[in-house]
Amino acid sequence: MEQQATISVSNNVIHCRGPWTLPNVAELERRGVMLRWPDAPSVIYDAGEVTAMDTSGALLLQQSINGLRHTGRKTSLRGLKPEFAQLLQIVETQWPHLDNGAAVRRAGWAERLTRVAEHRSESAVHALAFLGESSVAFCRSLMRPHSIRWRALLRIVELDGVRALPITGLLTFLVGVVIAYQGAEQLRKFGTNIFIVDLVGISLLREIAPLIVAILIAGRSGSAYAAEIGTMKVTEELDAVRTLGISPMSLLVLPRSLALVIALPLLTVYADILGVFGGMLIASSQLNVSFAEFVARFEEAVSVRHFLIGLGKAPFFAAIIALVGCYQGLRIRGGVDDVGRHTTISVVQSIFLVIVFDAICSILTNWWDL
Amino acid sequence: MMPPLAQTEMPVIEVSHVATRFGQAVVHEDVSLSIKQGEVFAIAGGNGCGKSTLLREIIGLLTPSAGTIRLFGVDSRQLEESDGRPIHRRFGVMFQHGALFSSLTLAENVAVPLREHADVSPRLIRDIVAVKIAMVGLPPDSAAKFPSELSGGMRRRAALARAIVMDPELLFLDEPTAGLDPMIAAGFDDLVLSLKRLLGLTVVMVTHDLDSLWRIASRVAVLGHGKVLGVGTMQELSQSDDPVIHAYFRGPRGRAAKEQAAWNIERHEA
Repeated sequence: MEQQATISVSNNVIHCRGPWTLPNVAELERRGVMLRWPDAPSVIYDAGEVTAMDTSGALLLQQSINGLRHTGRKTSLRGLKPEFAQLLQIVETQWPHLDNGAAVRRAGWAERLTRVAEHRSESAVHALAFLGESSVAFCRSLMRPHSIRWRALLRIVELDGVRALPITGLLTFLVGVVIAYQGAEQLRKFGTNIFIVDLVGISLLREIAPLIVAILIAGRSGSAYAAEIGTMKVTEELDAVRTLGISPMSLLVLPRSLALVIALPLLTVYADILGVFGGMLIASSQLNVSFAEFVARFEEAVSVRHFLIGLGKAPFFAAIIALVGCYQGLRIRGGVDDVGRHTTISVVQSIFLVIVFDAICSILTNWWDL
Repeated sequence: MMPPLAQTEMPVIEVSHVATRFGQAVVHEDVSLSIKQGEVFAIAGGNGCGKSTLLREIIGLLTPSAGTIRLFGVDSRQLEESDGRPIHRRFGVMFQHGALFSSLTLAENVAVPLREHADVSPRLIRDIVAVKIAMVGLPPDSAAKFPSELSGGMRRRAALARAIVMDPELLFLDEPTAGLDPMIAAGFDDLVLSLKRLLGLTVVMVTHDLDSLWRIASRVAVLGHGKVLGVGTMQELSQSDDPVIHAYFRGPRGRAAKEQAAWNIERHEA
C-alpha cells in the first residue's frame, strides 16, 4: 500500500508527509484549503517525512509558505531532504517572476478596433497588389505564349476539370430533376405543361448550372490551391522556388488560373446538358412531355443568348476562384493552423465573390434587356 | 501501480532482439540494449542506421517487425492501449523539430500534458508551467508567444519544457543539439545535465553531436549494419577496433571533440 501525501497542523508545526508529487497535489491542495493555519508568529514546517517531491509538490509547499509569510508570520523549514531542497530553492528563486510573467495586458476596445482596421486595410492593399501582379504576369505571358507552362496547365485541367466531371454531372442532373419536379406541381395546375421546357432550360443554362459548377469547383479546387501553396510556403519550398529564379506567379498562379479559365466553361456546357436531361426525364414522366416535344419546344423557347450569358460568366467565375485560392495560399505565414484557416477563407471568399459577381451580371443583363 | 523499490535495479528500458524491416529494406537485424536508471544513454551511428527508428519503437510510435521492447517492464506494444496510459506520464519526449502545437502559445503548449493527465488547479498549472519555462532558461515574457515567433534554440527549449512538465522519470531527446550554434548547443548540454540532476531523470538521446557525446553521455551505443556495434563509455568506444566505430570517433571531427573534452576536464580539475 502506497503512503498518502498529507499536510496537517499540530501546535505551531505543520507536518508534511508522503509523496508530494503530481498525482497527489490535487488532494494536498484540497486539504490545505480546509486547514486551520496556526496563529503563532513563527511557524515551523516539518518536511522530514516527505518521501518524494517533484516540481508541483515544491510549488505547493512554496505557495503555502508564501501565504503565511504574507500575513506577517515567520516560517522555517526543517528536515527536507537535500535533493528536494534544491528543487524548492529553484522554485523559490523563480517565485517573484511567476505572477508578473503570467499577467498579460488585455487590449482595450479602441486598440482592438484599430488593429482590426489596420489588418483589413493591409489585406486590401495586399489583395490589390496581388491582382495587379497577376494581371501583369498574365499580359506578359500572352505576349510570349511559349513561356506558359503548358504541361502543368494541362495537368491541372485534367485534375480539376476532367476528374470533376462525375460529381458536377451528377449534381447538375439532380438539380435539373429538382427544378422540374417543383415546376411540374405548379404548371400542372394551369395545364401549361409544355412551359416546363422554358423553366428548366432558361434557369439552368443562364444561372444555375454555371453557379453550381463554380461553387463546386471553389470547394474542390480553390481550397486545394490555398492548401498546396500554403504548405509549400510553410515548408520553405516557395522560398526555394524564388531563389532558383522562378517566379511563383508563373510557376503556380498562372497555370492554375488559366487551367480553370479553360476548364470551367467546358464543365458548364457539360453541366447544362446533364441538367436539362434531368429536367427532360421528369417532364416526360410527370407531365407527359415527350423527349421530342421537349427538344422541339427547347429550340423555339430557349434562345441561344441564355446559353451564352451562362457560359460567358464561367471564365470570370474561374478567375475569381483560382485567384482567391492562390492569394490565400500565398498569404499563409506561420504554421499549420494558418493553412487550415486560409483554406477555409479561400472557399468562403470565392463563393461569396462568385455570387456577388453573378448578381451584378443579372442586374446588368436586365438593364440591357438581354 | 508503482514498481516496488527492490526492483529499481531492473533496467528502465530493455530492447531485446529487435528487427525492423520496411518492405525490402532492413533497418535493424538484431538489436539488443538495456538502459539503467539514472544514465544518460546516447544512441549514435551514421545517417540512416536506424537510430531515430529505434527511438520511435521504444516510445511506441512504431512497432518492430520482431523482438520485444520493454519500458518500465511494460511491452511497448501495449503503450497505445489504455493500460499503457500511466506509462505515458512517466516519460517525456523532445522531438527533433520541437513538434510544438503551432496554434497554442508556448505556455499553453507546456500546459497540455498537465491539462490532459493531471488533476491540478488552474493556478497551480500556471505556476508549474512558469517554473518549467524558467528551468529551461526561457525568459518569462516568451510564455505568451507562439512557436512561429520563437527562434530555433528557443523552440528546442520550449519542447524540452513540455517534455519535463510532468516531472517524468525518463526523458527522450531526438537530436537535441542538431542545427544549434556551438554556444547554444553547449548550453543545451549543460541544461540537460542540470535537469537530470535536479529531477533525477534517466535520459535517452539520439545524437550525432560528438561534443555532446563526450560531455554528457554516460554510455553510448553505436548502431550500424542493423546491429549494435558497441556499447560503453566514450573512452571505451574510442579504443574500439571496430572499423565503423573507429571511423566515427577517430575521424577528424571525433579527434577534435575528444581533445576538446579532455581540455574541458583538465580545466575543470585545475
